Amino acid sequence: MFELGADHQEFRALVREFAADQVAPHVATWDEQAYFPVELVPQLGDLGLFGLVVPEAFGGSLEHSDGGAFTSLCIAIEELGYVDQSIGITLSAGVGLGINPILTYGTPEQKERWLPDLVAGRALAGFGLTEPEAGSDAGGTRTRATLEGEQWVVNGSKAFITNSGTSITSVTTVTARTGVSADGKPEISAIMIPNGTAGFRVEPGYRKLGWHISDTHGLAFEDCRVPAENLLGERGAGFKQFLKTLDDGRIAISALALGCIRRMLDECVAYSSSRMAFGRPIAVNQGVSFPIADLAVMADTGTLLTYRAAWLKDEYEAGRRSVDEVKKAASVAKLYTSEAAMAATRIATQVFGGNGFMEEYPIARFYRDAKILEVGEGTSEVQRMVLGRLLGLPQA
Amino acid sequence: MNIVVCVKYVPDAQSERAFREQDKTVDRDAVDGLLSEVDEYAVEEALKIVEASEGEVTVLTVGPAQAADAIKKALQMGADKGVHVCDDAIHGSDAAATSLVLAEAIKKATDGSPELVLMGMTSTDGVMGVVPAMVAERLGMPQVTFASELTIEGGSLRARRDGDAASDTIEASLPALVSVTDQINEPRYPSFKGIMAAKKKPVEQWTLADLGVDAGAVGIDAAWTKVIDVAKRPPRAQGTIVKDEGDGGTKLAEFLAAGKFL
Repeated sequence: MFELGADHQEFRALVREFAADQVAPHVATWDEQAYFPVELVPQLGDLGLFGLVVPEAFGGSLEHSDGGAFTSLCIAIEELGYVDQSIGITLSAGVGLGINPILTYGTPEQKERWLPDLVAGRALAGFGLTEPEAGSDAGGTRTRATLEGEQWVVNGSKAFITNSGTSITSVTTVTARTGVSADGKPEISAIMIPNGTAGFRVEPGYRKLGWHISDTHGLAFEDCRVPAENLLGERGAGFKQFLKTLDDGRIAISALALGCIRRMLDECVAYSSSRMAFGRPIAVNQGVSFPIADLAVMADTGTLLTYRAAWLKDEYEAGRRSVDEVKKAASVAKLYTSEAAMAATRIATQVFGGNGFMEEYPIARFYRDAKILEVGEGTSEVQRMVLGRLLGLPQA
Repeated sequence: MNIVVCVKYVPDAQSERAFREQDKTVDRDAVDGLLSEVDEYAVEEALKIVEASEGEVTVLTVGPAQAADAIKKALQMGADKGVHVCDDAIHGSDAAATSLVLAEAIKKATDGSPELVLMGMTSTDGVMGVVPAMVAERLGMPQVTFASELTIEGGSLRARRDGDAASDTIEASLPALVSVTDQINEPRYPSFKGIMAAKKKPVEQWTLADLGVDAGAVGIDAAWTKVIDVAKRPPRAQGTIVKDEGDGGTKLAEFLAAGKFL
């Protein structure tokens, strides 16, 4: 009951081997140069990682997953994240934000047009929700799309959009106000904008604290025109669609954070056992060994929370669990594991002492990368807010 | 073209090996094993040949029960079916006996008419590299060893063999046996689909009796060589510290010269 099945374990071994051979040797350089390894994306596609939750008709393997597709995806994100967090988020966003909305809400034509390349890793897609003045508060969206004849005319800007500006990014879905609902609230719809469309500008990459290897851009739209059929899902359903996207994303971020914690644990065990001070390995000091013991607790707790949420998500897809159960488990997992990851990198930098501050060791990179885990896909505060609601606490 | 790829399940080179006291063979239960890395190149080459034309890839291994893992890995990569020859009497076999079992299994797997047999150039544990030649001899086939490039054209094959000073390209008629180097291709990783599909692929289990091989012709007692003793390599001695008292450079040069490094 508390162990993944044999298939999942074998799949984990495959991703682990790939990450150790093909990713690990390069990440320090990629991080230093803030280089997005576009050549790695088709390799991830060949492993089948982008297609885990996608039906075979579009090149995926959903039918072969024995009902554990989302769990497999979390395993892949965790294992890539163990080697490098940016590579983990590239997969997580590629599937969760790039592929999923098209798969879930796309018309047969939209799926046929975009999914095969995305699943194969020949292309990436972005999802533009966040704006300079709107994040989890999606109702605050300022970007506008107006239907003029047979075209949407999009104006506005988006911020922090993952995978939106790589040389193989084929399309970015953005949320935009398309009018006013009957209840007076803004009507939010999702519109697919192929990269390269006139009036769609990808801003230069951000200078970031961490996630240097991940591709993140601001986007600007000035009278950007796309065909009316580029509407993704129902008109006015953009807000609802995006909320569902976030539930999955939270579990994925939890898996990513878990990769970080496990890496910190392994690094600290190895380092504190071999690094000598006063003639003995530093781990003989309880001041060092106790926080490492805490890392083991974080790793186990994170594992249980993450994979319970992933399992619930798979069960929900099979019609056996309610969406609220998934939502709650996702927020609990994301909140705990991301905050634990942040704490884990702080412990690890302390165990490593001066070397923890040096980019020569991987700890510093993980330290810089961890902070965003408490922010992306809903901040820790938003998770607590969601949980408060799900617990039935009185709301303001 | 139907291809048989012979693979070996070897102890993981990164794990500590132990030897059985009674017969000085590697204690296979005490170490993790895996598909010999060089054999992955043979599997990959077979898959490429079949993908470019048609046919099936059969993976053959001779080994203990755990050796099923080597077959599984090859099936996950894309091979079509597996044959596992497993018999307690094979334990401790030398290269000659192994080649006998392999040759008989290849015949049985191909109804007596193999088209192409591929192997890694050597195992990563025994590192003898003689089994390909022995099997080719037993099957009466041309043996093409250490191929770094392989092309099949009609009824013949062409292979490049890289030496220190020169590369030769040789041609052989089919059927033939080819052993490949790690320069020949870049083995693929299995995919998620490959892992799931491998579970449904057929793997035959054969014993010596199934092959008509006399148990007395193989195994540790039939081996032409015998391991008399196995000793762990002694731990490395403490290095020499050259203390610089103004003449550090000279001392260092003398040390290197004494070891014939200079």
